[in-house]
Amino acid sequence: MSKIRRTIKYESERDGTFAEEIMASPGCEDLLGCFQCGTCSGVCPLSIYMDHTPRQIIYLTRQGFKDEVLRSNTIWLCASCYACYVDCPKTVHITDVMYALKQRAIREGLYPSRFPIPVLAREFYKMVRGKGRLTETWLVVRLLLKTNIFKGFGMWRLGLGLLRTGRFSLAVESMKHPEELRRILDASPAQHGKKEVA
Amino acid sequence: MTEKKEEIRTGFYICHCGHNIGSVVDCPAVVEYVKGLPGIAVSRDYKYMCSDPGQELIAQDIREQKLNRIVVASCSPLLHEETFRKATSMGGLNPFYFQMVNIREHDSWVHTDKNAATEKAMDMARAAVARVRFHRALEKKKAPIHPDVLIVGAGIAGIHAALTLANAGKKVYLVEREPTIGGHMAMFDKTFPTLDCAACILTPKMSSVKNHPNITMWTYSEVTSVDGYVGNFTIKVRHKPRYIIEDLCVGCMACIDACVFKQKFEDEFNQGLSKRKPVYIPFPQATPQVVVIDPEQCLKLKTGKCKESCAEACDRKAIDFNQKETIEEIKVGTVIISTGFKSFDAKKLPQYGWGIYPNVYTALEIERLVNASGPTGGDVVMRDGKHPKRIGIIHCVGSRDESTNKWCSRVCCMYSLKLAHLLHEHSEAEIYNFYIDMRTPGKSYEEFYDRLLKEGVNFVRGRVAEITDWAMNKDEEDHLVIRVEDTLAGFVRRIPVDMVVLATGLEAREDAQDVRRLFNIGCGGEGFFMERHPKLAPVDTFTEGIFIAGACQGPKDIPDTVAQAGAAAAQCLALIDAGAIELEPNTAFIDEQSCSGCKSCISLCPYTAITFDAVKKKAVINEALCKGCGTCVGACPSSSIIQNLYEDDQIFTEIEEVLAHV
Amino acid sequence: MKFSYFPGCSLKGMGGAYETSLIAVMEALSVQLEELDDWNCCGATAYMSVDESKAFTLAARNLAIAEKKTDDLLAPCAACFLVLQKTQKYIKDYPEVGRVVRESLRAGGYDYAGSTRIRHPLDVIVNDIGLDTIKKTVKHPLKGLKIAPYYGCQVVRPYATFDHQDYPVTMDNLLKALGADVVHYPLKTKCCGGSLTGTLPEVGARLSNILIREAKRQGADLITTLCPLCFFNLDSYQDKMEGPEKITMPITYFTQLMGLAFGMPSSKLGLKRHIIPILPILKERQVAIA
Repeated sequence: MSKIRRTIKYESERDGTFAEEIMASPGCEDLLGCFQCGTCSGVCPLSIYMDHTPRQIIYLTRQGFKDEVLRSNTIWLCASCYACYVDCPKTVHITDVMYALKQRAIREGLYPSRFPIPVLAREFYKMVRGKGRLTETWLVVRLLLKTNIFKGFGMWRLGLGLLRTGRFSLAVESMKHPEELRRILDASPAQHGKKEVA
Repeated sequence: MTEKKEEIRTGFYICHCGHNIGSVVDCPAVVEYVKGLPGIAVSRDYKYMCSDPGQELIAQDIREQKLNRIVVASCSPLLHEETFRKATSMGGLNPFYFQMVNIREHDSWVHTDKNAATEKAMDMARAAVARVRFHRALEKKKAPIHPDVLIVGAGIAGIHAALTLANAGKKVYLVEREPTIGGHMAMFDKTFPTLDCAACILTPKMSSVKNHPNITMWTYSEVTSVDGYVGNFTIKVRHKPRYIIEDLCVGCMACIDACVFKQKFEDEFNQGLSKRKPVYIPFPQATPQVVVIDPEQCLKLKTGKCKESCAEACDRKAIDFNQKETIEEIKVGTVIISTGFKSFDAKKLPQYGWGIYPNVYTALEIERLVNASGPTGGDVVMRDGKHPKRIGIIHCVGSRDESTNKWCSRVCCMYSLKLAHLLHEHSEAEIYNFYIDMRTPGKSYEEFYDRLLKEGVNFVRGRVAEITDWAMNKDEEDHLVIRVEDTLAGFVRRIPVDMVVLATGLEAREDAQDVRRLFNIGCGGEGFFMERHPKLAPVDTFTEGIFIAGACQGPKDIPDTVAQAGAAAAQCLALIDAGAIELEPNTAFIDEQSCSGCKSCISLCPYTAITFDAVKKKAVINEALCKGCGTCVGACPSSSIIQNLYEDDQIFTEIEEVLAHV
Repeated sequence: MKFSYFPGCSLKGMGGAYETSLIAVMEALSVQLEELDDWNCCGATAYMSVDESKAFTLAARNLAIAEKKTDDLLAPCAACFLVLQKTQKYIKDYPEVGRVVRESLRAGGYDYAGSTRIRHPLDVIVNDIGLDTIKKTVKHPLKGLKIAPYYGCQVVRPYATFDHQDYPVTMDNLLKALGADVVHYPLKTKCCGGSLTGTLPEVGARLSNILIREAKRQGADLITTLCPLCFFNLDSYQDKMEGPEKITMPITYFTQLMGLAFGMPSSKLGLKRHIIPILPILKERQVAIA
């Protein structure tokens, strides 16, 4: 038998302004219109792996259960396929809500430390800030170093395959003037006045 | 009864009713079986006998095969007896030479064994074929329709029906039990989904009623007896004494100010949230604007000892402590019953704490509390004097619950949404709605739900388990704690609130059974008055000339109630304008040859239809009054009373034949 | 016809075959592509996960450069196509986003009015150039080749308007114009797993494997895609396929198939840069390869 877990929720666990803050992100303004039909969860190819379905995430966000939402793997499993976005009968832009929640989770440091998805997002962010472009191979290498995710998945074979087909290049892609981009990005205010991540 | 000697030529028709009968009863086998019965000239089956070709089949056979008796085995006579009688007439035969056998409701729909069902159909067919030999030609009697209408109950349904009829030039008696008309709607604050104020749209109609020359409005009055039949009802109405001469009172309220009592009695109109004196007017726009004295509370009426300062204060001398109840008799042709509903008694669910915790309210109480003309002038202040910061609204209280009421009360989701909006507007409190399913089927209703979703009301899907003041932590201290499974989130929650609103369901009025008996109409299992057909005759009852409208027929909102009231008024108008109605010729008559003049039937007749002819020394039945109940037929010691359509020969042959196989 | 061309990082990296074949095909159709000067990464899905206003600013710099050139911007990568459209839309729909983005761009000397038209090559080829021209350009029809048309998510959803968001047909019609047989493919817009193949390979690979298995079941010889990430996921994880029998399914870019039909040499189409070799099935179906 698995461990017995107590699951009752008290009102003190709710964050009264959470829903409002999320709704302030572009695309998230219709969040409250959700009437919990479950179309998003039904159409989502990844809901079967999530600890809360997308419907539940929308609901928990609305209700202000911030910790429950930001600690869930759901927001990180969202692959941005936008299926829920276009099928939602209440025009809730679920994909945008997921982005807003990811941003919030990163800002609050609420994601699991070696969980690969937020790590990828941050490595990507840093690499683009540095070179202005992405070199996929290097991104993968960095991810590998940080998370160990490919252990046991036999990724060496894929690596060999890519080498054989001439697609595994370690040459770094870069803009001619990445410093100009950096200047622009630095001029952009960090979100909601919070501490910058990278 | 002597039958004229004639060759009996019976036509038998069995209907498949699509698959309804045909899939269970072997219709061709029944046809073959019936061919062998005495007197059968034609035996056929057909997919839909009620269709035009089906009816034409009967008419044509009568003409070509010289049929003089018709039997159709199909559905319930309630549905198509009239159809086949007409088909019989079309063929040139008196329609009462027709007999119907119900092999659908009585056979195919209730049996699964096909062989046994087929045998049963044969038995029933045989009985009808035997019975129909004894049928006689009858003529339908015509009853004139008295053009006046009685409407019982003056809520929005009664008011709307009364105005519709009165505007059509008909005279209406509108009888209301309470001291004012208006019903529940007068108590409501705003109405969903448009949020227009209930009083603003109702009170103009109330004063139209009062001033309409065609409407006789009787408040504080009740119907005590109903006699007669469609087109010709005699109604007795009891006027309860209000101890005020209505014609003299102008509603100045000087008597109320003068009354020696303080305001100490529960104000019914405000759901007990305020107090009134023994002499009172229910609410500012009450119609009529006439005070009433409660005899159970008035010192003068209870003890005879009072200085009568009220009477002294009335310069129109309208107060009359000697007023007695009076009975008035009226004649009407049609009746509309619109007696409304009763709110579920929240005390029956102690787990929700109404009557235990002062800050638990019913929805009707909240209607008064948020009302600008209510006890607090619209200020949401609780019984403990505080203003709520969090309010929980519990849906389905006394609805969808096998232990209280099984049905969905239809209006609670919408009025709970409305109250959520109003409570938030009046108090700025955080609102939680706890629901099982959100039911918003009505024009612009779903849109209203969407509006409330976006207004930020917390919608928690789950039926509240309990409301207590049991505190588990500091937050919950001094609060009402709602414990519920949040079925959308998948965990149990404890939610401390300051105020709870119970969305109590709608049920039949406590005296619905008395009203049912009084008017000889039906009630469903839930106690609401039964319509003749749930789809096709929604405002008719099983008694001709008596119609129902509004929530007395079942829970419904104002738009549906008004629609039904209009429909009931139209049904009355249809009868009135037809001028007369044909009645089933099922009356009884006396065989003067054998009547011994014992008079035993006279006192038994519930319709006083039998009198005694002193010259002939025989009983006489007034056909216009006889309702064909059969009481006298069974009671006559010399078997001298015969009832059309139910003659001894007909009934006994039918019984013998249906049991012939036993 | 002339376009500003935004290749994006993937077409310069693992999606090289897409770029090679696209350029070759466009040239054959007399479409001029001018690569956007010193473009930067669009930010894809990852950047948006970290910081939204910087993500919009990042993408908007490319839009600003393109606006100055006045030509429509061609974005073949699905992620770039989506992110550029989204950025443009949100700058327009949310004045606060627009304000922040414009202010930041000014630090690099850019201005952005919001007029750039962002186009996907599939839309351009079918709706601007037209299937009649395509049919006329075809030298070796792809007769007998059964193709599952896989659109993936981000080209058709949620901003593009040139086709249905869940049941598109543009590429089906193109493939038919090339002479190929298009198989019924109910998963044509289901997610391939996106970047999850890199982060949660078990989950990501399963999603793309489902796509392959169903294409096989529907009788496809190969799957064609219009996104470098879809191509990578479908092509690279076939050795992770669960189930009793071994299934392999060649994956192509739609531009590679166009090139084949146009009679271009395989060297110009990057046909050798596939993990699952594509040449055997082409030979088996007797598709002429120049």
